[in-house]
Amino acid sequence: MNKILFSAVSKKFVMALAGLFLLLFLPVHLGINLMLLKNDPEPFNSAAHFMATFPLIKVVEVLLFLTILIHVTYGIILQILNWLSRPVGYKVRNKSETTAFSRFMIWTGLSVLTFLVIHFFNFYFIKLGLVEGDPENFYSVAWQLFSIPGYVILYWICFLLLGFHLYHALQSAFQTLGLSNEFWKPVIRAISLIYAIAVPVGFAIIPLVIWLFK
Amino acid sequence: MKLKLKIWKQKNARSGGAFETYDLDGVAPEMSFVEMLALLNQTLVQQGREPVAFDHDCHEGICGSCGMYINGYPHGPVKGLTTCLLSMRHFKDGETIVIEPWRAKPFPVVKDLIVDRSALDKIQVAGGFISVTTGAAADANAVLVSKKKSDLAFDSAACIGCGACVAACKNASAMLFVSAKISQYALLPQGKPEAKERVRAMIAEMDKQSFGSCSNTGACEAQCPKQIKLFNIARLNREYYKAF
Ligand code: SF4
Ligand code: FES
Repeated sequence: MNKILFSAVSKKFVMALAGLFLLLFLPVHLGINLMLLKNDPEPFNSAAHFMATFPLIKVVEVLLFLTILIHVTYGIILQILNWLSRPVGYKVRNKSETTAFSRFMIWTGLSVLTFLVIHFFNFYFIKLGLVEGDPENFYSVAWQLFSIPGYVILYWICFLLLGFHLYHALQSAFQTLGLSNEFWKPVIRAISLIYAIAVPVGFAIIPLVIWLFK
Repeated sequence: MKLKLKIWKQKNARSGGAFETYDLDGVAPEMSFVEMLALLNQTLVQQGREPVAFDHDCHEGICGSCGMYINGYPHGPVKGLTTCLLSMRHFKDGETIVIEPWRAKPFPVVKDLIVDRSALDKIQVAGGFISVTTGAAADANAVLVSKKKSDLAFDSAACIGCGACVAACKNASAMLFVSAKISQYALLPQGKPEAKERVRAMIAEMDKQSFGSCSNTGACEAQCPKQIKLFNIARLNREYYKAF
């Protein structure tokens, strides 16, 4: 039984499911963030407050953290095993035709993880009371962060890398779950492309709009 | 044609290795890559030097033994060809060609360009078969198979077990090979009764041989001389989940 639960294919299955769950969460987060564009802090803060206090959301939150943990841990374990599968490398770089984004998943993934940790220090740990700050006014915290050019540039780079990660991630998850064939592959690829552009761009334009118009 | 060849030389699995450079003259564009290496060895033997060890057998792209990593491509830069069918007209006069053995933990180097690919055979032995006799004339009349499925099964049965998919994969994964072997049975009625045990056993053996996992990068599909498609891997995954 263990052989089945922890086989390479099962690990990928778990990773794919966890990844798809995270993909569902991003648009929700984006929806709330877009409220930052309103001049009135009220809608954003009350949405943040709702997310922080509503019981059902609490359950989802725990699930979300577990999912991130599983996705990251499995990703790192699989990557290490994969590296171990080729202890002696080639002298000439492999020129096989591959989709460029797929080769750097571990690195784009780790960059996103790094951003996530910074993000937690800025917001989530304030909510938990681990870091100083006003948990009732995330609106002003966000605006403050977006007024720091260095932070915004880092933010943009991270979302660019997230976009690279997502483009391969979505189609790869479907393939891993066995939900791909000759007919659906181009469709899934198109959806991946739209998602991987729309979501990161959505996040990235918020500081830009604030800079330009506010 | 004149060529400069940089070839990996290694005495055996335990010893280290290094590139050796050879200059070879008199290569005809219509020669196959394997014939070019035979010419090199002939020259080396005449000079009293040690020839380069490399595997080859059928010279018609069906045995899968002639695998080598040529200038960064398993089986060389032309799609859909094994090394033995790759002709030298795809290379330029005066070109430097770097030749390395397949690199993967489950494929230890035996000597120079020869690796031990028996890890693939072990996966096959674990479940890539049907326990009853089948395929006789009576079957063709009694068992209905759609044209589409029989074509797909035939396409996946074209896998020659050369290991180029493993060699190309950044994870040294054998998923394309296993998916081809699984698909050729999963698509046909004769393969159904043992489908579950087969896929479980073959995946377990694949892990045991320490092949990597699939990250859907597609290098295998790009390099496979038999052009086995990635959809087979999706089918393999489906078959595996069905086996729970
Ligand atoms: S799937 Fe293709 S590359 Fe892999 S062993 Fe079979 S024929 Fe060779
Ligand atoms: S020698 Fe048999 S496939 Fe090349």
